[in-house]
Amino acid sequence: MIRSLAAAAVLLSSTALSYAETEIEFWHAMGGRLGEVVNEIATNFNASQDEVKLTPVFKGSYEETLTAGIAAFRAGDQPNIIQVFDAGAATIINAPGAVVPVEDLMSNFGSGFNIDDYISGVRYFYADPSDKMVGMPFNSSAPILYYNVEALEKAGVEAPATWEEFAEIAPKLKDAGFIPMAQSHLPWIFTENFMSRHNLQFATNANGYEGVEGTELLVNNDALKAHFSNLVEWRENGLFEWYGAAWGDNQKPFENGDVAMWLGSSASFGGLAQTVDFEFSSVPLPYYASVVGDDAPGGYQSFIGGAALFAMSGKADEQNEAVAQFFEYLASADVQYLWHKETGYVPITNAAYDLAKSDGHYERTPAAETGITQLNLRAGDWTKGYRMGFYVQIRDVMNREYGKIFSGEATVDEAFQVIEEEGNQLLERFAKTAS
Amino acid sequence: MKRVTFGHSIYPYLLLAPQLIIVILFFYWPAAEAIRSSFFLEDPFGFGSTWVGADNYVDAVTDREYRRVANFTVWFTVVVSFFSLAIALLLAVKADAVLRGANTYKTLIMWVYAIAPPVAGLLGIFLFDQHVGVLTELAQFFGWDLRVGVNYWDTAAAMTIVSVWKQVPVNFIFFLSGLQSIPRSVREAALIDNRSASGRFWDVTFPLLAPTGFFLLIINITYALFDTFGIVDLMTKNEPANNPVTLVYKVYLDGFRGNDLGGSSAQSVILMILVLALTVVQFRMIERKVHYT
Repeated sequence: MIRSLAAAAVLLSSTALSYAETEIEFWHAMGGRLGEVVNEIATNFNASQDEVKLTPVFKGSYEETLTAGIAAFRAGDQPNIIQVFDAGAATIINAPGAVVPVEDLMSNFGSGFNIDDYISGVRYFYADPSDKMVGMPFNSSAPILYYNVEALEKAGVEAPATWEEFAEIAPKLKDAGFIPMAQSHLPWIFTENFMSRHNLQFATNANGYEGVEGTELLVNNDALKAHFSNLVEWRENGLFEWYGAAWGDNQKPFENGDVAMWLGSSASFGGLAQTVDFEFSSVPLPYYASVVGDDAPGGYQSFIGGAALFAMSGKADEQNEAVAQFFEYLASADVQYLWHKETGYVPITNAAYDLAKSDGHYERTPAAETGITQLNLRAGDWTKGYRMGFYVQIRDVMNREYGKIFSGEATVDEAFQVIEEEGNQLLERFAKTAS
Repeated sequence: MKRVTFGHSIYPYLLLAPQLIIVILFFYWPAAEAIRSSFFLEDPFGFGSTWVGADNYVDAVTDREYRRVANFTVWFTVVVSFFSLAIALLLAVKADAVLRGANTYKTLIMWVYAIAPPVAGLLGIFLFDQHVGVLTELAQFFGWDLRVGVNYWDTAAAMTIVSVWKQVPVNFIFFLSGLQSIPRSVREAALIDNRSASGRFWDVTFPLLAPTGFFLLIINITYALFDTFGIVDLMTKNEPANNPVTLVYKVYLDGFRGNDLGGSSAQSVILMILVLALTVVQFRMIERKVHYT
C-alpha cells in the first residue's frame, strides 16, 4: 500500500515536472574537471527556465563521441547536439545534411546571429567555404607554455618567447636539475599550430577549405623539419623529453615537478590549478623568430583547438528552438565567463572577454589570459584553420612517424616523407567517399 | 523394407529458430554487410558511397603499416600462445605433484582467470607506467630503461607479459584436469620402465596430454588474435602512435576511430579468411598427429 502510494507520488511529481518541457540531449567528450563544469552549466540552464530540459551525456574521448554520433545518426537516433573536435570537423561538415549550421539555426529558431559577436580568432575554423558558421566554437583552446615559477627562478631564467630563447635558457634549467621541457600532443602543438604560428601553408586548396578534391598536405617543409631536428638534438642533450603519445604521460612529470616547462592546452588550466602544489604561470607557444621575421612580433595566432557544438539535423522545430535557446544561453557573457574561468577555454564572444577583463580576472590570474592573447595575435593567410578528411588517421600517422623519429627508427626526412605520402593517400580516399 | 519417416512438422524448426535467428542476426548478416561495404568507399554519415572494386583490399595489403601490424600479430600470437601454454603446463605438472595444501595452491593460480582483459590491461598500465610503475622500476634496477609507450618493443614486451599472465590460468585448469585424467596404472607402469622424471614426462605424460594441448592451442591462438583487444586498447592508451597493435585492433582503429568503413571492412574480411584458413589447417594437419583416447 505504502509502496504503491509512493510510486504514485513519484509518477505525479515527474509528470508535473516534465509538463510542456522540450527535452534535448547533448553528447560531449568533456571528462574530469571539464565534465563537472559542463554538468554545472546544464543544471544552471535547466534551472533558469521551464521550457527546455537539457541532458548532457559524456561519451568518452573526442574520437569516441564522434563515432557514437555517426552510429546514432545512421540509426536515426542522433542527439540534438554533438561536440565534435577540430580533427573531426571535416567529417561532419562535409556530410551534407548531417547538421543544421549554427548560423541558420540561430536565425531561424533563435533571436538572430551576428558573427562579429565572436572574437576574431574563433569565427571561421568551423565555417563552410562561404564563411557561414556551421559549428559553434564552444570550447576553443590554444596550445600554450606552462612553467613552474620556482624552477625558472632557481635556474635564474625567464620563460622563453621564442625557440631561439629556449635554446639559450634550457641548459641552465638542466643544470638546476630539471628536464627543461615536455609537450603533450605532437600533431596539434608541433605540427598544426607550428604552421599557424609561423603562417605557413598547411595544405593545398586553402588548407583544405576549398574542397576535398585534390587537397594535399604540405608538412614536408624545411622550417618544420628543422624544428624536429632541433627536438631530437635537444632530447639527446637532456633539454627536451618525450614520454609517448599519451597526453597524461607527458603532463605528469610537469605536475611532479620534474619537468620545468610543459606545452599543453589553455584548457589544462583548471585541472592544473587543482592538482599542482607549486606556483605556475603561462606564456604563448614559442615560435622561431627567424621564420616569422619582423612582420608579426610575437608570432602569428594559433588555430583554435578544442571542439565545436553541432546541431544535428532531422529534429522537430520545437527541439531546434530548444537547441537555439541553449546555444544563446551558452554564448551569453556570464556563462562564457564561468566556462573560461573554471576551465581555461577561451571566452568565445567579445562581450565575455570584456566581462572577464572588467572583472579583473586577468589581474588576479595573468596566466588565464595567455590563450586568448595568442588567438588574438596577428592573423595571416594560413591561420584560419584547416579542413581535412580522415584527419584522425592522419594524426595517427604523424604520431607514429614522430615516435619513430624519437626512437631512432627513422630520420626526420624519412618520417616527413611518409607522413606526406600516407596523409595524401588518406585525403584521396576521403575525396572518394564524398562523391 | 519399410522406411521409417516422421510426419512433417514445423515443430523442430521452431525449436531451431532461436539459435538460427541469433546466428543469422549476429554473424551472417554482419559478415555479409562487411563483405559488401569492403567494395565501397563510404561517407561516414552514410550519405554517399562509391564503388571502388578491390581497391580497399589492394590499399590494405600494399600498405607498409598494415604489413608491419600483420608481422607483429604473427609474432605476438606465437609468443603469447607458446608462453601461455608452456608456463601453464609447468605449473600444472608441479601442482599435480603437490600433496599438501593442493587446493589452496590451485585456487591461487586459477584466481587470475576471473579478471577481465580490460582490467588486466589497466593493471598492466599501472605496473608498467613510465613514472610510477613498479615493474618499470624493477627493469631499471637491472639496467633496462623500460619505456612503455615510447619504444616499440618495450610496449610489445609489456603487452605480451600481461596477455600471457591473463591466459596462464585458463590453460592451467585444462592441463591440470588433463593430467588428472591420465590413468594411475599407466603412470605406475611408466615408473617401472623409466626412472627419469623428465623422460617419463616426455614419453608418456606429454603424448597423453596431446588432445588437451591441441584444444588449448586453438583456444590460445584465438585468444592472442582477438581477445587481447582490451589489453592492446588500454596499454596503447587510445593513442596507438608508434606502438605495436594487432590486426583486429587496426580494424577498430581505421573503422571506429578513423571512420573509414570501407577500408576497415576489407581488413576484417581478410581477417575472416585468415581465421578460416587457420582453422582448416589446424584441423587437417595437426589433428592427424593427435591421438584421442
